[in-house]
Amino acid sequence: METRNLICIGCPLGCPLTVTMDGEKIEVTGNTCPRGADYAKKEVLSPTRIVTSSIRVTGGRIARVSVKTKSDIPKAKIFEVMAEIRARKAEAPVRMGQVLIENCAGTGVDIIATKTVEVA
Amino acid sequence: MTYHDIVIIGGGPAGLSAAAAARKAGAQDILILERDNVLGGILNQCIHNGFGLHTFKEELTGPEYASRYIAMVEEEKIPYKLNTIVADISADRKVTYINREEGLVTIQAGAVILAMGCRERPRGALNIPGYRPAGIYSAGTAQRLMNIEGYRVGNEVVILGSGDIGLIMARRMTLEGAKVKVVAELMPYSGGLKRNIVQCLDDYGIPLKLSHTVVQIHGKERLTGVTIAEVDANRTPIPGTEEYYSCDTLLLSVGLIPENELSRGAGISMNRVTSGPNVDDRLETDAEGIYACGNVLHVHDLVDFVSQEAALAGENAAAYVLRAKEPAAAAQGRKVPLSAENGVRYTVPQILNLDTMQDAVTVRFRVADVYKDRYISVYYDDKRVSKKKKKVLAPGEMEQVVLKKSSFAEYPDLGKITICTEVE
Repeated sequence: METRNLICIGCPLGCPLTVTMDGEKIEVTGNTCPRGADYAKKEVLSPTRIVTSSIRVTGGRIARVSVKTKSDIPKAKIFEVMAEIRARKAEAPVRMGQVLIENCAGTGVDIIATKTVEVA
Repeated sequence: MTYHDIVIIGGGPAGLSAAAAARKAGAQDILILERDNVLGGILNQCIHNGFGLHTFKEELTGPEYASRYIAMVEEEKIPYKLNTIVADISADRKVTYINREEGLVTIQAGAVILAMGCRERPRGALNIPGYRPAGIYSAGTAQRLMNIEGYRVGNEVVILGSGDIGLIMARRMTLEGAKVKVVAELMPYSGGLKRNIVQCLDDYGIPLKLSHTVVQIHGKERLTGVTIAEVDANRTPIPGTEEYYSCDTLLLSVGLIPENELSRGAGISMNRVTSGPNVDDRLETDAEGIYACGNVLHVHDLVDFVSQEAALAGENAAAYVLRAKEPAAAAQGRKVPLSAENGVRYTVPQILNLDTMQDAVTVRFRVADVYKDRYISVYYDDKRVSKKKKKVLAPGEMEQVVLKKSSFAEYPDLGKITICTEVE
């Protein structure tokens, strides 16, 4: 049997969670809502994160366009995703929601712009 | 002199939400004055996600959250002036601003909404000995340099203070290839949100040293390192605990200060704890027709609450100017002070208008220390009228209680409302 203490990040309440794993059985205590139990299970089995960063823009009103993974990606893939983001450039104009990298680092998840950068 | 019904100082999250709400409440003639070259304020550089969980029930990044409110203002065709800095506000609501096109201009406002936000506490306020080499930034400055201007900022980083911006920057710099060696926090608890400690430090194995501070800055031209020491209960460094960290960058995330030079200039009464104006339940300051909301009023933890609060200021400012046009102004009625006691540092609002208050008024506050298993109690004079048990209370997270108008029916001679923490 293995026990892990987590802090729920589902909302600002930050409930202290205790996850007990006994083979296939996972038990969660300390949560105040079902989202806490879901989070804890996911966190011990297959943790994921939304990654936010920025990509260099040429010819834009500002030098960087902010970006994010369109959905969450496996936590273990964060640095591979970042390596692709850091190597990439975009050209102004960039529209919010525009896909800047397709299927980033083989995760199946696109990188999209989170702001609009007009031409300088 | 040009006249506008409502002039809003600041086009960040508070100003945008106030403008949209004022228009919805019937105000036609609104003007937003913004000193930056874009609307959206600090959200433009907060490219991380986690905004909007309360307002839009989804997780947005800062620029995305801002764009929703900018869209509301654009759709309503609410006029705004960019690159325009307000130099002065008077108690009778004359607003003087400066920009390149018009020069120095004074306009008359029916109502003013203060939404100037806050700024970071600088190194000069900390008394850290040592030279003043390059490489020392406030966390928000580093955030802007990285996320908007595209600079790398540094390679080996130490962060002093565990405010949210510092935590966010610890992750951001790690993702960009820097090595964040440690976050040192003077207090025995973090000043940031728990989820930021989990997602920004724990995820990347960055140590958080509580009850530690920087006691020496090394390097003359560029920072070469810092000495960190443990502090005792009086926040005095303990001799023998000093530890040297080599680094080329030191980020300071040591608190935010509401930016109230304009409010003070207008002679508005200020609150010593919040560093913001004192306001009543309409978020009106003691200068008639001048309202305050967002981080200029008190520093918030979540932008969602800024938007809510600012919407209230916008509605009330609209009601004020519409009422002024029909001279049958509402009577002032009974005013009751709110008192923050026993672990509650302050309340916003500080004054409640018992007769004219809305059916429910949200009172926001922060606690003074980390408390476990405590009640948040509300007293009407000496009578405890409500209590709510909280598992954890922390200074980094804003708390609130809701006061219902109906609850005051039995207290015609109420002298004081007290909000406090209690063990039982």
